[in-house]
Amino acid sequence: MSGNPYQNDRGNKDASITSTSGRSTIEPGLKHSGEVKPVIGDSPFLVGDTMTGGYGKGPDILHECTIAVNPGEIAVIVGPNGAGKSTAMKAVFGMLNVRSGKVLLDGEDITNLSPQDRVVKGMGFVPQTSNIFTSLTVEENLEMGAFIRTDDIRNTMEQIYHLFPILKDKRNQAAGELSGGQRQQVAVGRALMTQPKVLMLDEPTAGVSPIVMDELFDRIIEVARTGIPILMVEQNARQALEIADKGYVLVQGRNAYTGTGKELLADPEVRKSFLGG
Amino acid sequence: MDLLNALVALTNYVMIPAVAYGSQLALGALGVTMIYAVLRFSNFAHGDTMAFGTMVTILVTWWMQSMGINLGPLPTALLALPFGILGCMALLLFTDRVVYRFYREQKAKPVIFVMVSLGVMFMMNGLVRFIIGPGDQRFSDGERFIVSARDFKAMTGLREGLAFKTSQGITIITAVVVVAALFWFLNRTRTGKSMRAYSDNEDLALLSGINPERVVMYTWMIVAGLATIAGVLYGLDKSFKPFTYFQLLLPIFAAAIVGGLGNPIGAIAGGFVIAFSEVSITYAWKKILRYLMPENLEPDGLVQLLSTDYKFAVSFVILLIVLLFKPTGLFKGKSV
Repeated sequence: MSGNPYQNDRGNKDASITSTSGRSTIEPGLKHSGEVKPVIGDSPFLVGDTMTGGYGKGPDILHECTIAVNPGEIAVIVGPNGAGKSTAMKAVFGMLNVRSGKVLLDGEDITNLSPQDRVVKGMGFVPQTSNIFTSLTVEENLEMGAFIRTDDIRNTMEQIYHLFPILKDKRNQAAGELSGGQRQQVAVGRALMTQPKVLMLDEPTAGVSPIVMDELFDRIIEVARTGIPILMVEQNARQALEIADKGYVLVQGRNAYTGTGKELLADPEVRKSFLGG
Repeated sequence: MDLLNALVALTNYVMIPAVAYGSQLALGALGVTMIYAVLRFSNFAHGDTMAFGTMVTILVTWWMQSMGINLGPLPTALLALPFGILGCMALLLFTDRVVYRFYREQKAKPVIFVMVSLGVMFMMNGLVRFIIGPGDQRFSDGERFIVSARDFKAMTGLREGLAFKTSQGITIITAVVVVAALFWFLNRTRTGKSMRAYSDNEDLALLSGINPERVVMYTWMIVAGLATIAGVLYGLDKSFKPFTYFQLLLPIFAAAIVGGLGNPIGAIAGGFVIAFSEVSITYAWKKILRYLMPENLEPDGLVQLLSTDYKFAVSFVILLIVLLFKPTGLFKGKSV
């Protein structure tokens, strides 16, 4: 593995001496924050501006990719498999080496901030996989979501139970025992517990049934109506673009088409290439 | 009457020692399991961590004894224990700072950490021997027995005596209190939950704003406490010798793995399984069988399955059996 002797995998599978479950995948170098610079001039609330970068010392996956979202909006990133949708999301969240370009949040340049400091700045992120603490109960998951808060979290928790009533019934159950759709609700709920200023969802409907998917979309719209901007990666391009205020079609790490959800749905090129006619 | 005598002998020679030894192993195994769950490697330096904490406690105990401070019937070491824990915490945090943190920064694989802990083990081993010497140290004082064999015989008129040592009583009570406190901490407090969250999913813990370095620090501190308590209890019950503590590593690991690595309840259960097997396999059953069997069937030999010199073989065999047939342990742990 990239010639780093510390990361030699030999003998590492012996679980009687090593535990590999739940290990961090974020590069340690990204866990340290640099400085935050104020930005002069107008910029969207959250924007990843002409980002180029990749994982570790590997090749670039994103090429001058730009993604932005404003309050009250839902921005959706769609594109074929391997287009770098999730990667773009991770880049905005600081889990990727962004070699050129910058990330701006609320008038500040946060390109050099670590992911955990971005959470403190008000970004909520729901990763695509392993997005809940499986061995903790639903309530503990929500509590951990609010870890950075020092004020009373009961109100927020009630709001989340109101948004996802099923979670209230299962509050004392281990989150790992829930169904796929319920897990996604826990994951979104956990991210909302910080009362984020912007919510980023990486394929929230992956692996759930169509009925559950519709319900999740409804909930996401409900969250957006409260004014929280939502940046979302979606596999179900058509359905996602229908609810999107802004859509980004990525192809091979580049912005291929950008427009409002309706424009993209109407665009014959986009229809032909990504929406199946 | 014979049955009663057999029962008393069984309690005296097997049950009480095994429960006390089991509690000590359980506390040791809890430390190993915590490191495995949170830091994701098996800490081979655990036995020597116990030795270091105990050594500090002993030194403070001696100082207290020389100053005339004591706890009356209870051993002075209990008073010195908090100092031992603090000393051990300081050592572990120092080790983490100068050794383990470097490897965390490199994102080293867990197996590298295991090897690193071996090196740390040798360093601590040398440090302890350098300071207190390789010999046997006794540091228990106060009342030796809660119930002595002679008193028991006089009280009940039975032929068999039952001795209950103060150190055994303290061991059992302390173990119960410590385990209860640990479980309360892990399940009820914010910090405890954040440790479980970190153990479950490091990245998500980071995304929730849990500071990894903080979690690691708390883990080492708790482990220092558990290791020192386990070490001091063992030392009070038997005696302190650095090499013995190094050897304790095997039964402790066996206990953690038998119970299921990474599972605290498993560590406790595993401790008792190992202790009971070890004590009952190395015990000479002749005495008890003499009471239970008809006179003409009385055994000739000692009916000791294994000499006490080979007691470590018991842990080894149990370890092998568990890893072959139920690698995740009795309670669902992580080892496969």
